[in-house]
Amino acid sequence: MLETQELVINMGPQHPSTHGVLRLLLHTDGEIIVEAQPHVGYLHRGIEKIAEKVNYHQFMPYTDRIDYLASMNCNHAYACAVERLMGIEVPERAQFIRVIMSELNRIASHLVFFGSFGMDVGAFTPFLYGLRERERTLDLFEAACGQRLTYNYMKIGGVRWDLPPGWTDKCREFCDYFEPKIQEYHDLLTYNYIFMKRLGNIGVLTPEDALAYGVTGPNLRASGVAYDIRKEEPYDVYDRLEFDIPVGTGEAGAVGDCFDRYMVRIKEMQQSVRIIRQCLDMMPEGDVQARVPRVLKIPPKEIYFRAENPRGELGFYIVANGKPSPERLKIRGASFSNIHVMEKILPGLMVADAVAVIASLDVILPECDR
Amino acid sequence: MKDLNTLVQDLQAAVEGAIEEVVTENTQPPYIIVKKEKIVPVLEYLKKEGFNHLSAVSAVDEPPEKIWVVYHLVAIGEKSTLAVKTVLPRDAAEVDSVGNVYPTALWHEREAYDLMGVKFKGHPDLRRILMPDDWVGHPLRKDYEQIKEYHGIKTD
Repeated sequence: MLETQELVINMGPQHPSTHGVLRLLLHTDGEIIVEAQPHVGYLHRGIEKIAEKVNYHQFMPYTDRIDYLASMNCNHAYACAVERLMGIEVPERAQFIRVIMSELNRIASHLVFFGSFGMDVGAFTPFLYGLRERERTLDLFEAACGQRLTYNYMKIGGVRWDLPPGWTDKCREFCDYFEPKIQEYHDLLTYNYIFMKRLGNIGVLTPEDALAYGVTGPNLRASGVAYDIRKEEPYDVYDRLEFDIPVGTGEAGAVGDCFDRYMVRIKEMQQSVRIIRQCLDMMPEGDVQARVPRVLKIPPKEIYFRAENPRGELGFYIVANGKPSPERLKIRGASFSNIHVMEKILPGLMVADAVAVIASLDVILPECDR
Repeated sequence: MKDLNTLVQDLQAAVEGAIEEVVTENTQPPYIIVKKEKIVPVLEYLKKEGFNHLSAVSAVDEPPEKIWVVYHLVAIGEKSTLAVKTVLPRDAAEVDSVGNVYPTALWHEREAYDLMGVKFKGHPDLRRILMPDDWVGHPLRKDYEQIKEYHGIKTD
């Protein structure tokens, strides 16, 4: 008599395709996933507790470590949150610099996605291509602030230093260099028949499920919901810039499948280049810092500020109490919800497709675990 | 989308006796304080009114007596945000789970339970999420004392 039984597979926390330390408990029936249970918390560092112990300025370096592939964006979100809480006016030049840096970092982050996504579904070369271009953005960051990963470049009220001489020309050069590369990616990977077949119709996330599970960012847009905080509630100079919101079109199958999530990010990089070009043209001369006291004592007030990060909505909920450090600082990481939704997407798929789905959601664990 | 005053009036009519206070000063976005027994119908109503995205559930400790639970709602496409707060007694912090209204709340509630010790009635799987399963205490409480040792690892 033949018998079948459910098998529990423990995927991670040291699995190469889980992008860090995500652990998935997969209940499988043969090759089919019946139930998926994500386990997180391996990178919990208690950043929210630390925030209550240090003052507002001192917390900035910790924001670098929320999402280390998009440190600039995290800096940006935290700076904006405190500025709005305080009512600080940021000099125009600084606003432009911050938007340029955020968009460069978005490109850098999406390039890592491009590379690692290719690698997870079995194409090694894109990783080399992705990192080759990312290297150039890191050079730009290094020239501006001396760091290549955790920048700590922005501060409450502006940025720490003005751009070095010749930086804007280098940035333009990068834009000219990078834009044609996207066609190269399409030739190399995107429209590869195997790649499209591997991802089309796999891991479809409907817009209803995406909203119900709090999915944001490119993953939500891939499901067809054109929600971008840079457009909805613009911060800094985003309201003066022209750019489109790419959404999923179901090119290789259904709207909201793995291929759409890939494609939306590639299109976003093009939009980022467009934003950077406009900023470089519009950026005025002038100060890069507002006058901000060294120790901020913010009277009892609160704010919930959201920013559009490469991975989705990064929210800072800050409750001030008149002391130099916040009463409570809660960080809402996009990856937290993007991992939660795996429970919903994975059942019914093959184990091998789980790898593609995890990679296509582009989660990062320090942002989830904080 | 209705403006805040109309929304509050309609909410008052739809869920009787739910609203305790509406605060618009010194806060972005404005928030509504509701009775803890009414949190599920209030959020159900607001979801119907267009607040389709629950961005975060946060718990805020206010010793000696209170713990706040804060729900940040966003109406995608309407450029509208709103917060809903409810206050719980600190020594018996318990409120109904809103997981049936917004599934995303299930994980946020686990986090609030893990770090702040708020219990959510009706939550199908209320376990720790960020801290290890055998951890003692809720680290984000103001009176939390750091343990000296964890499985032979010194923490000071």
